[in-house]
Amino acid sequence: MPGFATTTGGVLLILAILLPVAGLTASLALGGRRAEWIALTLAPVGVLIALAIATNVLASGAPVVYIVGGFAPPLGIALRADGFSAIMLLTTAAIISAACFFARSGFATPKGEPEARAPFTFWTLIQGLFAALNIVFLSGDLFNLFVALELLTFAAVPIVCLDGRPETLVAALRYLLFALFGSVFYLLGVGLIYGAYGTLDILLLAARVKPEPAVYAAAGLMTAGLLAKTALFPLYLWLPPAHANAPAAGSAVLSALVVKAPFFLLVRLWFDVLPKLPSETAMALLAALGSAAILVGSVLALRQQRLKLLIAYSTVAQIGYLFLMFPLALGGGAWSMDAWIGGVMQTLSHAFAKAGMFMAAGLAAQSLGHDRIKDLGGLGRAMPMTVFALGIGGLSLMGLPPSGGFAAKWLLLTASAEAGQWVWVAVILAGGLLAGGYVYRILAPALSGEPAALNSAPARSREAIALALTLVALLLGFAPQSFFSLIEIGRLPVVGP
Amino acid sequence: MNALGAVDLGLALLVLAIAGWTIAAREAFAAIVGYVAYGLLLSIVWARLFAVDVAMTEAAIGGGVTGVLLISAAARLRQAQTAEDERPTLPLRLMAAALSALAAIALGAVILSLPEPGPSLAPLAAKNLAATGVGNPITAVLIAFRSFDTLLEKVVLLLAIIGVWSLAPDRYWGGAPIAPRAARPVGALTFLAQLVAPIGVVVGVHMVWVGADEPGGAFQGGAILAAMWMIVMMARLSEAPPVGAPWLRAALVAGPAVFLIAGASGAVTSGAFFALPQAFAKPLILIIEAFMTLSIAVTLPMLVAGPPRRAPL
Repeated sequence: MPGFATTTGGVLLILAILLPVAGLTASLALGGRRAEWIALTLAPVGVLIALAIATNVLASGAPVVYIVGGFAPPLGIALRADGFSAIMLLTTAAIISAACFFARSGFATPKGEPEARAPFTFWTLIQGLFAALNIVFLSGDLFNLFVALELLTFAAVPIVCLDGRPETLVAALRYLLFALFGSVFYLLGVGLIYGAYGTLDILLLAARVKPEPAVYAAAGLMTAGLLAKTALFPLYLWLPPAHANAPAAGSAVLSALVVKAPFFLLVRLWFDVLPKLPSETAMALLAALGSAAILVGSVLALRQQRLKLLIAYSTVAQIGYLFLMFPLALGGGAWSMDAWIGGVMQTLSHAFAKAGMFMAAGLAAQSLGHDRIKDLGGLGRAMPMTVFALGIGGLSLMGLPPSGGFAAKWLLLTASAEAGQWVWVAVILAGGLLAGGYVYRILAPALSGEPAALNSAPARSREAIALALTLVALLLGFAPQSFFSLIEIGRLPVVGP
Repeated sequence: MNALGAVDLGLALLVLAIAGWTIAAREAFAAIVGYVAYGLLLSIVWARLFAVDVAMTEAAIGGGVTGVLLISAAARLRQAQTAEDERPTLPLRLMAAALSALAAIALGAVILSLPEPGPSLAPLAAKNLAATGVGNPITAVLIAFRSFDTLLEKVVLLLAIIGVWSLAPDRYWGGAPIAPRAARPVGALTFLAQLVAPIGVVVGVHMVWVGADEPGGAFQGGAILAAMWMIVMMARLSEAPPVGAPWLRAALVAGPAVFLIAGASGAVTSGAFFALPQAFAKPLILIIEAFMTLSIAVTLPMLVAGPPRRAPL
């Protein structure tokens, strides 16, 4: 039976998880500069492993599987990488590596000290995040995924308050409360599912699940918990202060990757665990919340006075687009593959664009000594590469061609039109206009006036990392055919209406 | 209704009453005391359901360690309290209560709808018990069938420690935390610590040792050892070590590190990460449990001790 035996290349899956775990453990034991060196070495190795996994999935045309401990489900745990997993692993490894190299100058252990608080915390926790994200994308077991969510929470929250100002502590605490609330709801749902079917394996559950009260309750609880963690409207209140207060490298990883993990699990839940559940109403509700997120998040982004908060509110809006995919891709219509690719493309292009933009915003704030939007005048002349990164990232957020954001929004738009669900068409168009507005609010002052006076010149290498990430978001608009073949691999056949 | 049935009914009512009291309590300390009592009662409930391992874990972690953590948190909050009492308005509280009651009723109805007897993996676990060499199926699940989960849960504890330490002021980094303790040595407390700690250490180690075949194991034993160290620190017989101490770091990572090495060796000897070679399964499990116990016994008191609060020497 496919999915219950280790396949070729399966060992790569466990390595993708255990290497950052080992790195974290060694970094805690050895401490100081060695933590930094371990993180900087293992992150690029993670990119190689992710590439190898993607190659294997593409070559075999089917999910790559690893049976942990040789105990097959339902007794043990299986790791499975389908196309979506593979592309998320690759995105994660690339952005974590970029964040690590970007963070070097900010989190160097001072000379003459064996170890310092912020560097030690950052270099250990970033490896914790890496491990947790990889488990989320690979695990085929609902309880194992709960442990991954816990790892993710405990690695992400301290990064928010890394610089220790009181307002960052408040933001971190609020984030922690939302995240724990989400975990409890998710775990309650997992308990109900185990009580009903006696297994936690996603493939086994997909075959056994029937529409009955326990499943509806579990689906509701798990969805609510994951929505709180992914900050979908109206549960987004924690996100802007948390993402705006973290150090730039941290904000990049939090906004690009960490909020995508619970979204990925929602996709797993509805597409892979519960495809047999009649879900039209629930999916329409998710997309309605997504639409509200797009409109409210964009309007709030338009009203912000600080650059990092504007970018954080734009994350609230961009997450909304991800949820338009649910009613369109799950329906089994001719348009469902378009919607699926659009949703995946939005996940990726937002990840790269937002990571680059948060880094660029961090560089601007560091060099100017503030991030007030009205005082960004002359930034374009003083730091052209940084402003270029903000512009390219903004292009993808608006959904203008040629960019990954354009491809994503175009696919979602055409899928909505084909499905006759015109309300989403209106939301996508309005969201694009509003995004244009808030990107204009950044670029208009930045591109005008005499060169701004900088407190310190930004490091060229750090500007280059920010720009490179946003360029990836742009290049996604030119993705080759093999990219599309990859992200279609392993989707369970969706039962038609 | 026989005598045991009456005890069960009384127990259930008591659990509900204490839960209600914990929610209604206006003082943080009172609520925490209620919560600890609730945890201990719950562990009796687990024992009545013949889930002895769960009962011991609930008593040690749910009642014991969490209680100490909450009490020390409340003590710190009291020092900083600005005594502002923002009580939500009555309609808001009524709405929250109605929503909670509705959710509870719905959950109760759903749980009653579950199949009876529930589908279970217990027979499958029992059938595969021989492959692990241990006699306690719970230990087999934790250290063999789902050892991957157990390792990752240990890593969660490491992240928690890093998170707690990260709240220290920069100048104290590398220094020692100050565990919650009596303001000055108290004769009775010192005597208690000297009397209880040696016995507790023996009980904790015993619990890990028998855990292979009887109820017990690294979590429960480690939690008891942790409690003994906490008592010794509370009685001022010992100080929390500096967070940079190499032996402390080694003890914190010992469990996960040994687990990782044993897991990787499985890839060489048995063809899969975390697989155990049949001939050595039991000794390997005992070694893993021993180091896990050490890490748990050190991690929990350090979590209670909090971030470093002294400059390094």
